[in-house]
Amino acid sequence: MSYPENLRYTEEHEWVDPADPTAAMVGVTKYAADSLGDVVFVQLPDVGAKLTAGEPCGEIESTKSVSDLYAPVAGVVVEINEAIVDTPELVNTDPFGDGWLFRVRIEGTAELLSVDEYLEHIKEDGS
Amino acid sequence: MSTPSPLHAVHEALGASFTDFAGWAMPLRYGSELAEHKAVRTAAGLFDLSHMGEIELTGPEAARALDYALVGKLSAVKPGKARYTMICDADGGVLDDLVVYRLAAEKYLVVANASNGPAVAAALRERAEEFDVTVDDRSADVALIAVQGPTSAAIIGAVTDADLDALAYYASVPTTLAGHDVLLARTGYTGEDGFEVYVDGPLAADVWQALTAAGEPHGLVPAGLACRDTLRLEAGMPLYGNELGADLTPFDAGLGRVVKFDKADGFVGQAALERRRDADVPERVLVGLVGTGRRAARHGYPVLDAGGAEIGTVTSGALSPTLGHPIALAYVPVAVSAPGTALSVDIRGTVAPVEVVKLPFYQRPA
Repeated sequence: MSYPENLRYTEEHEWVDPADPTAAMVGVTKYAADSLGDVVFVQLPDVGAKLTAGEPCGEIESTKSVSDLYAPVAGVVVEINEAIVDTPELVNTDPFGDGWLFRVRIEGTAELLSVDEYLEHIKEDGS
Repeated sequence: MSTPSPLHAVHEALGASFTDFAGWAMPLRYGSELAEHKAVRTAAGLFDLSHMGEIELTGPEAARALDYALVGKLSAVKPGKARYTMICDADGGVLDDLVVYRLAAEKYLVVANASNGPAVAAALRERAEEFDVTVDDRSADVALIAVQGPTSAAIIGAVTDADLDALAYYASVPTTLAGHDVLLARTGYTGEDGFEVYVDGPLAADVWQALTAAGEPHGLVPAGLACRDTLRLEAGMPLYGNELGADLTPFDAGLGRVVKFDKADGFVGQAALERRRDADVPERVLVGLVGTGRRAARHGYPVLDAGGAEIGTVTSGALSPTLGHPIALAYVPVAVSAPGTALSVDIRGTVAPVEVVKLPFYQRPA
């Protein structure tokens, strides 16, 4: 799977779609989904929750492990992907599409990676 | 640098994700571990377990040496049969849990966990010194391939002439499989019917490919260590390092039955284990816990009583792929160990209700 060029990425393997900063879609990358294994539970932040960039805002559980979900940007959660609650495997099957996690109204500016920078980062990550 | 399995190239060609396991690079999963888990419950899975330790004891006093070195009575095991047993230290602490195959009157194969293999081999050598027996650690030379699941007999039957109807659970037979000399055993760690094939490393890829071909019409898929762990957990089987360790005796783990005291010459750990057996109130016992929802309590999470006080610890836990709800093994005080007892677990700050249940969580249909 190719990594969408329109998205921005974090070193913690989240992606943000910056097209609409008032409701920017957030998810985790294909790399993260593959590393986690089958996702069986996702704990999302509540709508209205205020996020601090780089701070944990939820959890992703796979069969074998639990990982923190980090807020890629600062802002307020405006919508969550309800489908993820009942079908967390969407994170594995379509991480850049139906596996999106929540939408956030971005506040301030965020330091995010381009797709090339992110791909370079996961190459260094050693997998 | 991890040691590669003799099957490493095969796994790479299959697109496996690897994990370092006790110094070995082993397949964690090939695709979805949930799909692999399901295949083992409904059809069959093909596992590479070459990281396991294989130690041979050969000689006129092999049986006596093992009776002394291990907690089981291996002299009572007939040739062709196997026994689940443990090796303990002088304090009764479990150094490893083992499957021991008696291959002949004077020959045994001890199978140890990968992480403990060298220590078990060293302990066996030391404990066997006074006996007329040779201890040979063959872990680096022997590959182990397992076929586990309800269709495993049909698959194995297609590549060997061995009489599988005569091969009972926990029995083994030297035979040829896909034209190669192997030790074929009806053992496993998944809660399903299944077989384990011990073969020389250089022949492993050939055996793997033959099994893959034979398994095609029977739903066989390659399966990694990730699903092996959830399979054994559903089956209520202990994992060394989680449910078993040197700070625990077999009795703590509810496996006191593997300790045989009726051995003429005694055994390492006997005095300590007799004290533990005779203790009125064991401090803690291993129980099964089931929860609701999708969040699993995991290794190290606290178990709480009705008042919220920490009374125990989860040793393994997962969202059961077969049952669909969280399951866990945990050490708790005897007073709260009866099936039906309501407890709770602390899942990273969230208190979730659980109920004590009888093990195993999953039993295959008869």
